[in-house]
Amino acid sequence: MSGENVLSQSFEIIGGNFGRAGKASTTVKDILKELGIDPSIIRRTAIATYEAEMNVVMYAEKGEMTLRVTPEMVHLHLQDQGPGIPDIKLAMKEGYSTATPEMREMGFGAGMGLPNIKKNSDLFEISSEVGKGTRLEIVIYLNPKVKANP
Amino acid sequence: MQLMNIINALSLEVLQLQGDFNVEVRGGYTSDMLSDVLAHSREKNIWITFQTHQNVVAVAKLKDLAAVIFVNNRTPDEDTLKRAREENVILLRTADSAFGISGKLYGLIMPKD
Repeated sequence: MSGENVLSQSFEIIGGNFGRAGKASTTVKDILKELGIDPSIIRRTAIATYEAEMNVVMYAEKGEMTLRVTPEMVHLHLQDQGPGIPDIKLAMKEGYSTATPEMREMGFGAGMGLPNIKKNSDLFEISSEVGKGTRLEIVIYLNPKVKANP
Repeated sequence: MQLMNIINALSLEVLQLQGDFNVEVRGGYTSDMLSDVLAHSREKNIWITFQTHQNVVAVAKLKDLAAVIFVNNRTPDEDTLKRAREENVILLRTADSAFGISGKLYGLIMPKD
């Protein structure tokens, strides 16, 4: 597999800023469209990036999302500085959410965020340190055959 | 059916004009939970919702939705309208409830048995 980048770009995400929320994800979508990436890959990436971005906005102080596009894959790396997740297994459970009443009023907190990311990724890794932050690695292969026969 | 024909047939109020009114609408999705819409709506759907904040625009853009209908005459704030203009997301409004407008839209565009 070639490690050659077509493109690499980082986006800052600010915790608690619901006004700017979604900007990183919509920019990623525009970039992938510009690169001529397959629409089904763009759709899956859009869901994964938005859920990941909103997790930073809702729970962390700040975070960074790095998009890397190679001839084989869309790779997203997210690192935030925040409270971390004490029980990742529980956080991955559909329907489980720690959203505040205010967030729920806005239509967040369905407990679908992390499961949605996993569902739309070919590879998904999450690690977290309580009091420090959370890291996500998301890979979506451009060619579905690569996934079947890595 | 084209979006502009749906707007006329259902007497929807157009709040934000930037976007594609000729788009061929393929169904709708009614929900106030953003993750649910992100997971289950489809491209060129009309999204019917009570939510009027800016994040609605981001979800509509990310999912390539045809338009958003705010129910019960809900009014978005200026930031939502501005963001929708920037992102070419058409915003519409109705006095109907989510149930009422969903039924009307379904009757208008879904194939009859």
